[in-house]
Order: sequence, then C-alpha cells, then structure tokens
Amino acid sequence: MSNFRMHLLVCGGTGCTASDSLELVKMLKESIKKHEITNEVEVVVTGCFGFCEKGPILKVYPDNVFYITVKPEDAEEIITEHVIKGRKVERLLYVEPNTKKRLEGQKSIPFYKKQIRIALRNCGFINPEDINEYIAADGYQALAKCLTEMSPDEVIDTVVQSGLRGRGGGGYPTGLKWKYTRQNQSDEKYIICNADEGDPGAFMDRSILEGDPHSVLEAMAIAGYAIGAQYGYIYIRAEYPLAISRLEIAIKQARKLGLLGEDIFSTGFNFNIGLRYGAGAFVCGEETALIHSVEGKRGEPSSKPPFPAQRGVWDKPSCVNNVETFANIPPIFLKGPAWFKKIGTEKSPGTKVFALAGKVNNVGLVEVPMGITLREVIFDIGGGIKNNKRFKAVQTGGPSGGCITSENLDIPIDYESLSSIGSMMGSGGMIVMDEDNCMVDIAKFYIEFTKDESCGKCTPCRIGNTRMLEILEKITKGNGTEQDLKDLVELGDVIKDTSLCGLGQTSPNPVLSTLHYFQDEYLAHVRDKHCPAGVCQALFSFRILPEKCVGCTACARICPAHCIEGERKKVHVIDQSRCIKCGACYNTCKFNAIEKG
Amino acid sequence: MAKLKTVEELKKIRQAALNQLDLRSTAESEDKVLVRVGMATCGIANGARTTMKAILDEIAKQGLANVSVTQTGCIGYCAQEPVVEVVSKGMPSVLYGKVDENRGREIVIEHIKNGRLLQNAIINKSFENME
Amino acid sequence: MGLINVTINNQTIAVEEGTTILEAAKKLDIRIPTLCYLNLEHVKTVNGSASCRVCVVEIEGRRNLAPSCATPVSEGMVVRTNTLRCIKARRLVVELLLSNHPTDCLICEKNLNCELQSLAAELDIRRIKFHGVRATHEKDISSKAIIRNMDKCILCRRCETMCNEVQTVHVYSAVNRGFDTFIAPALNLPMDKSICTFCGQCVSVCPTAALTVVNEARDGGHGKNGSCS
Repeated sequence: MSNFRMHLLVCGGTGCTASDSLELVKMLKESIKKHEITNEVEVVVTGCFGFCEKGPILKVYPDNVFYITVKPEDAEEIITEHVIKGRKVERLLYVEPNTKKRLEGQKSIPFYKKQIRIALRNCGFINPEDINEYIAADGYQALAKCLTEMSPDEVIDTVVQSGLRGRGGGGYPTGLKWKYTRQNQSDEKYIICNADEGDPGAFMDRSILEGDPHSVLEAMAIAGYAIGAQYGYIYIRAEYPLAISRLEIAIKQARKLGLLGEDIFSTGFNFNIGLRYGAGAFVCGEETALIHSVEGKRGEPSSKPPFPAQRGVWDKPSCVNNVETFANIPPIFLKGPAWFKKIGTEKSPGTKVFALAGKVNNVGLVEVPMGITLREVIFDIGGGIKNNKRFKAVQTGGPSGGCITSENLDIPIDYESLSSIGSMMGSGGMIVMDEDNCMVDIAKFYIEFTKDESCGKCTPCRIGNTRMLEILEKITKGNGTEQDLKDLVELGDVIKDTSLCGLGQTSPNPVLSTLHYFQDEYLAHVRDKHCPAGVCQALFSFRILPEKCVGCTACARICPAHCIEGERKKVHVIDQSRCIKCGACYNTCKFNAIEKG
Repeated sequence: MAKLKTVEELKKIRQAALNQLDLRSTAESEDKVLVRVGMATCGIANGARTTMKAILDEIAKQGLANVSVTQTGCIGYCAQEPVVEVVSKGMPSVLYGKVDENRGREIVIEHIKNGRLLQNAIINKSFENME
Repeated sequence: MGLINVTINNQTIAVEEGTTILEAAKKLDIRIPTLCYLNLEHVKTVNGSASCRVCVVEIEGRRNLAPSCATPVSEGMVVRTNTLRCIKARRLVVELLLSNHPTDCLICEKNLNCELQSLAAELDIRRIKFHGVRATHEKDISSKAIIRNMDKCILCRRCETMCNEVQTVHVYSAVNRGFDTFIAPALNLPMDKSICTFCGQCVSVCPTAALTVVNEARDGGHGKNGSCS
C-alpha cells in the first residue's frame, strides 16, 4: 500500500465545486505528477467544510494548514512551496478581521471556534466516495454494536435516552417515533429518510449526504433493525445530483461489503436501501405527502391520523426521519446517550446545523450546540453583518418560521424558545437581514414561495395564501389600507388554524411575525405610502441634493431611462415621472448627492 | 472485496484503513511525533528523497500512528545532509545527520518506536545548543 | 371493538373505536356543516380528502382546529363545534371558496340545488371580504354527456373518489398545484378523448355545477354535442 506523507483535502461540496474546486483538484494532480511526487501526496475530494463564504477550501494534512479561496492557478504554488519546500503560502491563509493576523489552523478560525461537529463530523474530513475512510472513522461500528450486542428494544431505549429530537423541524423525539413504529405489528415496515430539503437557503442535508453518505445509510440500517424494517427509502430531491451520485456510490460499496443486503454480520438481519427522487415540491417534505410521492402518487399530504407509524408507505408502518437526525445516530451508539445528552440543553440535547445566509459576513454551514444564542451564531461565527450595516432581523425556520429581532438575540436556541418568540427551529435555515431589507417585502417573498408550493388540496392554503399575497402586493405598490393589515392577521390566523398540513399551518408565520415586530414599517407603507428601507419601488424615490451636486454628469450618463437632466457643473434634476428607480445614479454618484427615500 | 461476515472483519478493514486517516486525525493532536526531512537542494542532492521514502515505508511497516513526516528547507548543516529532525513530546528535539535509507529506518524503529536515541548519528542534541 | 367516551358541546357519548367526530356528533344530533365530506354507505366508501376544511372543530389540548370528518375520536376527547373560533374559521373558509367562484348563481344549473350555495346561506355569508384573481379554465363541452366547468370546482375531490375508488375507471386526478390546481382526465385530455365511460356518477356527487350533464333541450344543436342518439 502507498504511504502518503501528505494529504491535500479539497472541498467537493456543491458550493466549492461551483467556484471551480474540481478544476483545482485537476491542477493539483497535474502539478504533483509534474514534480514526480505522486507516491507522496494524495489529493482527496471531501464533503463540505461549511465555510462556503471562503471557498474553495483546501486543507493540508498533517501540517493542519487551512487555505481559503484557492483558485486553480494557485495549485502550482501550493505544490512547489508548501508540499515540496514546506513553506506555507501565506497569502492563502485566513485573515482574522480584527487583528489582521493570518491564521493557519482550521480550529483557530473564529468561524469554527464555537462549533461542535457531530452530524458534520466527517464532512471535510473523509473522502465520501471511499467506504474505507468512513470505516476508519469508526464507520459501521455502531451498526455492528447494535446488531451483535443489543436487542431492538435496547437500541430504541438508547435513542430515547439520548433525547435526540427530529432535526427536520418538528422536533419530535426520535426514539419515541421508533418505538411507536416498532409497536405496530406488520409483515413489512419501512424506514424513510427525508432528504427533500426545500427551505430557501438551506443546504445542511445536502452537505451531509455529499460529505458523509455512509453515516445516513448506517443509521437507517440501525433504525431498520430497531423497528423491524428490512427496507429503506431515501427520498431525495432530483436537484441534488452530487448528493445522489455519492449516495449511489455509497450504497454500492456498502452492498459489496455486505454492510447492506442480506444477513448482515451473519446476524440474519437484512436491510436494503433504495433511492426515490423528488421533483422539487416543497410540500413533499411533509411526511404524508412524501410517502404518497414515494408510492408514485401525487405529492399531497393526507390527514393524520393515521400517522406514518401506523400506515405509511404501501399502507405499512413507516418511520420517517430527516437526514441530519440520522447523521446523529451512529455517534450516539459509539459514545453513549449520556455523552449526547450532555451537549446542548436539557430539553433539546445535541447540536443543530444551520445554514447561515443573507447579509452576514461568513455565509456557510455551521453546527452549534443547542442553547447557543443567535447573537453568538450571527456575530461570533457569522462574523457580523456585511459592510458594517445594522442588524435588523433574522429569519429562522425558512418560509414556516418567523422573524426574530435584536431584542431576542440573546435567547438560547432550542425548539421551545424559538416557538415562544413566534418563529421555529425548522430545518435550520437562518437568513440574516440588515437595515436595507424591507420587512413587508420579505414577508411577500415568503408568501410568494408558499403560495407557489401549496399543493392545492385544502382551501385555506390554496386560496388563503393567494389572497394574502395579493394583499401584500397591494401594500407594496402603495395601494394598501390599514384594513388590509387587519385582514392579513385574520386570514393568517385562520390559515394557520385550519390548514391540512404543516405547510399551510405555518405559512402565515413570516407575515404575522413581521406584522408583530415591524408594525411601523407596515404602517409607513399604508399610511405614508413610503418604504423606509427603499425596497418597494413604488414607495420611494431618488432625489438629487442641490447642495451636494457638483454637476459631474455621471448620473445623467449612466441613467438607462435618460431622465436626469442638467448642464455640466450645474445641479442635476431627476424627472420623477420617467424614473424607473433602478438605482444606477445612486450607486454611481461619488459625492453622495443622491438621496433615496 | 468479499462480503463481511463478522464484526472482526470490519475491525480488520478499519485497522487497515486507519493508516490512511491517521495523517488527518492526529493533525490536531498534541503528542504526535514530527519528522522533518531537510529537502533543500543540498538535501535532495544527498539522497533525502530516498531517505524520506524509506522513513515513510518503515512507519507504515511498523504500523506507527501519530507520526507525521514533513519536508523542510535547508537547516544550514549542508555537510551533514540528509538531515532529519525528530520532535516528540517528552523528548528533546533531535537532529540526525547523514541519514541514508538504513539510518532512516533505524530512526523509525529505535527512536520513534522504542524511544532510544541513535547516539552515533546525532549531530546536535537540539537546536537550542546549536546556536 | 371497545367503546370510547367523547364529549361534544358538553354532551358525553360512548361510541365505537374508529368513529369520527362528525359521526359521533350526528348521534348527538349536533350538526356540523360539511362540504367535501361524502359517505356512500351502500358502497362503503367515504370521500376522506378532508380538503375543504369547513367541518373544523375545536379539540381540547390541540393547537389547531381539526376536520371532524377525518378525525377519529379518542378516549376522553373534549370537542366543541360551535365556538366563535370555529364559526369564524368556517365562515372565512367558505368566503375564500366564494372569492374564487363565479357569482352567476341565478342562472347556474345548480341554482337552489348547490351545496356551496346552501352552505353560504347556512353560515349567513352576505359579503365576500377578499377579492382577487379567479381561476379560469376552458369549459370542456367535448363529450355528449358530461360538461366540465372547472371554474366552479371547489376541489372537494368527490368525483375523484367516485371515479377511482367506486367505479374504478380512474379518469380524474388533480393537475397542477396550489391555486392553479384543477381536476382533469390524464394529460388534461378533453372528456371525449379520455377513458371516461360516461356513467355519470361523478356528476351525481359533484356539490356544485363543476360537473353537469348535457341537457339536450338546452344544449342541443350546440355544434359538437349533436343529439343524443
């Protein structure tokens, strides 16, 4: 076997791939070949490191050096300087924004400091396409332990004791779900992995599947043993081609080693896994809709009860768990439920992966212990708001969640606390908004999303969300009234109260929570016909301040509507009737002479 | 690869694959042994690459975890090349001179594995008293 | 099967396991308005889509209102069918349906025979608060027997249940999603090109005038329809 002295780990997640990391891999390999060190250095493509803001990421082992924003053309320098001469390429190291110091280790970077990685433990550490690496990282040991040393009831007890709760959003205790599915007698049962991640901006499930597919397969087999199922489905969005291909490879490798298939570890336990592709309907993340879709039917939810644990796929008892939930399972068995329970809070043990997005400096994937505050996530890990703007709100739980304002930033994150302030954990999307975001516009964006994603089965969701969107459109166009605000609340309350599934039951949350926390902004829209953030085009205008305008003509030249007039060195004027409010003049003016408002 | 029949077989695969990951999992560890091979022009000219390969090979043969081998530039002892420095916790940093293939293997077995210094090959006990 | 005690509007009754709230309420002579619900006892088929959300009731200890037609009773369940919260929700749901429904009741085929119309009257709906876009579909007059007017469809899914589960012909299913959802034969084919056998059972269960039969006296000479031989 080969004895590499050095491993170059390059992120092969979707984010870094999009910024050319695979080309970087190619260049590295070429350079290694050129310098005849192919026997010494190995290039490994891994899953997501989470620090997508600074991708592509390249990590050098054993030196433990973490390079960021590495371009394909940097490959040669990394090989000749670092790999051959042992000198770090300083310019590719992370620069600590406060001290301006270059940091070389991954753990020393503030983005990683407060993170605890359980679900993402192998992402960015192993090669997801090599089962041996997963096995070396203690892979399939938990399955071996469950099958050979524990009874199904003991397996379930362990999960119950750990206190693990569903990471897909609902927060239902995983152990109890397994227990109920086990209790329902049937000749056939099914394990389903919900990989239909649909929240705008969320990508934790994708990253786990891309970076550590075996951990999900192993956990599904454990769950199958626990509830008495021999078959599992992974319901995954067809829009995740990389995750799908990694899963296919992983399933093939696991089958080859007999870790999936018949008579696993000679215990008589059989378990197989098949993939089912979703066509990108958000509602199919709802478990009953997902089950119908797996069966090849229209992806529509149905009334519960019967719950999937009673009647799921093909009318057989089924257990639906989310990707991240599964990824937590193997470590719970290897390190014990007590270890898991010690992390996080009493009611919500463990960690949660969040997809940090929006107006935050370090966009990416973070795994933090429950109980951490939003402030720590956004300001310490996320590095604060972009361009030193003022923090306005953070939306958790995606289109089902609500906005959280600065007054609640110090609340420890767990399922209950987020619900108590009108939002929810959801699957872990976290979208940060700054002073330039209009909250009415944000609410409109989310309702537009849920309106599009409504399956159309029940009346309140189908027609109600459409009516809400219409009212919000009316408001953002300057035709809203105060009665409209009351109507939004009335509609929102009834849609939540009467909708058939979780989609409709939560879809008004972004509207209701912004109405609650940002009433002034709504009132400004309907009373003063003014959008304070300057987002709703009908409700703001650009004006040239005569005292600041020097008559440089830059604005007049860039205006695509040719609606700015004025002679050289004289004050310019915008013809409001023709202005299309594109903001080109505003961005061009070097003298801050154009005011938006 | 054949199908696994027992947990023991899984453990075997794990053991075999561990080498591969050791390089990474021990990167953050405090008590790993660091082997630096001087690989500047002088070192390479004197066969440092062969030495390094031998060291890597011997580490794998002995099944040693927690050892990382890195290249370094000219230490300044060109007359003694190839030069290899071994840093391990609880022991002073040791600099060996004229390390050929055999001496490289010896360093791995005696110094790293058995904790005995190769007195005859040491050029200086440590960098501190070199200066 | 065991008996289960349930309290509805302060009256307690013991019913068989598996009974829905709606059925239990019926035994107590408590009327809960329904729309999509349809129980074809003689063929043992229930339209269980629970999609209209008109029959919602309040259950103690539950966060949301529950559809009484699809919620089985459980021991000790306490239900209220006539609270302000239920009535307001019910009314708003019907208002929403009406906001996406043609208002040509006077000249509608189902005038005085329309379940949506009687429900609106029962709930005393005298104005429609929300106005907005209305779904419009081309009327399907291709067949000699059944006219499909999806503008009047309230997506109760009764026709689907009847066609697929009772008659097992499988003509109808939902097409598109959200506000654009409508019921159509496969590939949205016109009725005369579909596999429909024109048994007419879907028409008989349709609560509105979304599915009606061709009336020769009225529609005769109507080009394609011709005469019914």
